Amino acid sequence: MWKLRLLLLAAAAATLVAQMPKYGVGRPATADQIRDLGTAIAPDGGGLPEGSGTVAAGREVFIARCAKCHGEKAEGAVGPILVGGQGTLATAKPLKTVGSFWPYATTVWDYVNRAMPFDQPGLLKAAEVYAVVAYIFNINGIIGDDQVMDAKSLPKVKMPNRDGFVADPRPDVGNKVRR
Amino acid sequence: MQDSKRSSRRKLLRIGVAAGGAVLANRQIAKAAEDTPGQLGIPLGPYGERSPFEKAVRWRRDTKTPETGSSFTPLQDSVGTLTPSSLHYERHHAGIPTIDPAHHQLVIHGLVTRPLSLSVAEIRRLPSVTRTLVLECGGNSGSEWAAKTGPDVQRSYGLVSCSEWTGVPLSLLLSEVGVQPGASWVIAEGADACRMERSIPLAKAMDNILVAYGQNGEALRPAQGYPLRLIIPGWEGNANVKWLHSLKLTDQAYMARDETAKYTDLMPDGKARIFTYQMEAKSVITFPSGGQTLPGTGLYELTGLAWSGRGRIERVEITTDGGRSWVKANIQEPRLPIAFTRFRLPWRFDGRDAVIASRAVDESGYTQPTREALIGARGTNSNYHFNGIKYWKVQADGTVINVEA
Repeated sequence: MWKLRLLLLAAAAATLVAQMPKYGVGRPATADQIRDLGTAIAPDGGGLPEGSGTVAAGREVFIARCAKCHGEKAEGAVGPILVGGQGTLATAKPLKTVGSFWPYATTVWDYVNRAMPFDQPGLLKAAEVYAVVAYIFNINGIIGDDQVMDAKSLPKVKMPNRDGFVADPRPDVGNKVRR
Repeated sequence: MQDSKRSSRRKLLRIGVAAGGAVLANRQIAKAAEDTPGQLGIPLGPYGERSPFEKAVRWRRDTKTPETGSSFTPLQDSVGTLTPSSLHYERHHAGIPTIDPAHHQLVIHGLVTRPLSLSVAEIRRLPSVTRTLVLECGGNSGSEWAAKTGPDVQRSYGLVSCSEWTGVPLSLLLSEVGVQPGASWVIAEGADACRMERSIPLAKAMDNILVAYGQNGEALRPAQGYPLRLIIPGWEGNANVKWLHSLKLTDQAYMARDETAKYTDLMPDGKARIFTYQMEAKSVITFPSGGQTLPGTGLYELTGLAWSGRGRIERVEITTDGGRSWVKANIQEPRLPIAFTRFRLPWRFDGRDAVIASRAVDESGYTQPTREALIGARGTNSNYHFNGIKYWKVQADGTVINVEA
């Protein structure tokens, strides 16, 4: 029994050693640094900031900030089309849009927030991102005219293609691989 | 001017030798030098350039916005197994940022015991490793899914390059911060304008990923992620996040735009494969290849490149009769895992049409499939991860074109 206890103790010590920094370079990341970099949004909504946006407000943001590239009706111009395509994924000419293809509402928020507008990424305030995302969902028939997007409602939006993804089954052609 | 001088000196040399004797020849050369003195070359320079006679360049597909797009490595002009940094393929989504390394930090945070901020200089003090690795865009050869395949090797297979990369194992950095139980993913983010984001399984991060700062003996080029990038052996280029400034440990994948809307493989049933990171075995003949012309019949050296995200290339086979028969190519040693492997085969062009191709087999036993087999398994809408056999037709007049097979 004492042998087991000793082993456990040794194992605990080893774990502790493994948890200690070996080289000790760098410095503790500050709260400010982590906040600045903490813009990635999890599919469960983790990381979404305060604020909210309506479809109507989103239409205004879209016309002001997005339409010059994506077209007045999100039909696509310099930037890609953002509307339509539902029901086309299994056809010869699939149209992959936010409405037909993107599986998570949070991804749309995250991407608009981090990368749009293309020539001025980071320009939009959180409320504007909520609004414009609400508008894009609305024109794709995903949410109603009166639905408001915020940190609670957005992750609950079920995108039409949520269940449209499968794990990598490769190798699917060629000889079987030796594992 | 220089040419005529050189030829007059050569003429004198020939006269000298003909006159019978090295001594006389030397005298004649000395005399020639007096008559037409040689010219000095250009002075030494601080940073090298290639010969002005060498013209190989990347090819760039036009895009509506110049900050996005891809540029393709001229594989047809490559020799050996490394890609010069200046010809490495590029794929950018929001331009190339200019980053002063003195002000760049890599922050590792999320489910860690000690969130850490590291400068580039500090990372360079840590134990480093150097590996020669191929890097291939997940969309390389995407044009081959379509009805008309690419006309030359650069435009159809050129989103792949091979470099020697130097950096710190990501596992080392993760040990420093202390990964908490429950963490299973690493969310990597770049400092470019769109802050490229990708989710990477923790198991791969602990296995063999590098946080790289060096490429081919010098610092990374800005277009390759200066001052820091991820190098993920064998995985699609997009996941190898450039201009790396954030690694967040999480308990879930974040389903970023570039791993859901992009870089997923749409199947005929409308479902898309996700997290198809690994690049499978692939090869292509780079000479003779589409757009080139053989000047006449006779002996040539067929050559090309093979690589696999799964490891070493076991063998490469070549057909010169449209796939009816295959012979083993000679392979340049040492064959490194997940790196360009040069293959070669002497071949006599007899002036008749010849359809040529290569196929690679990697150490896992995986055989590079035909385009038909890929389309049979995945349809034509999957866009990414094409690794099919590429056929070229050497025509009777020596011109080489692409053919679908």
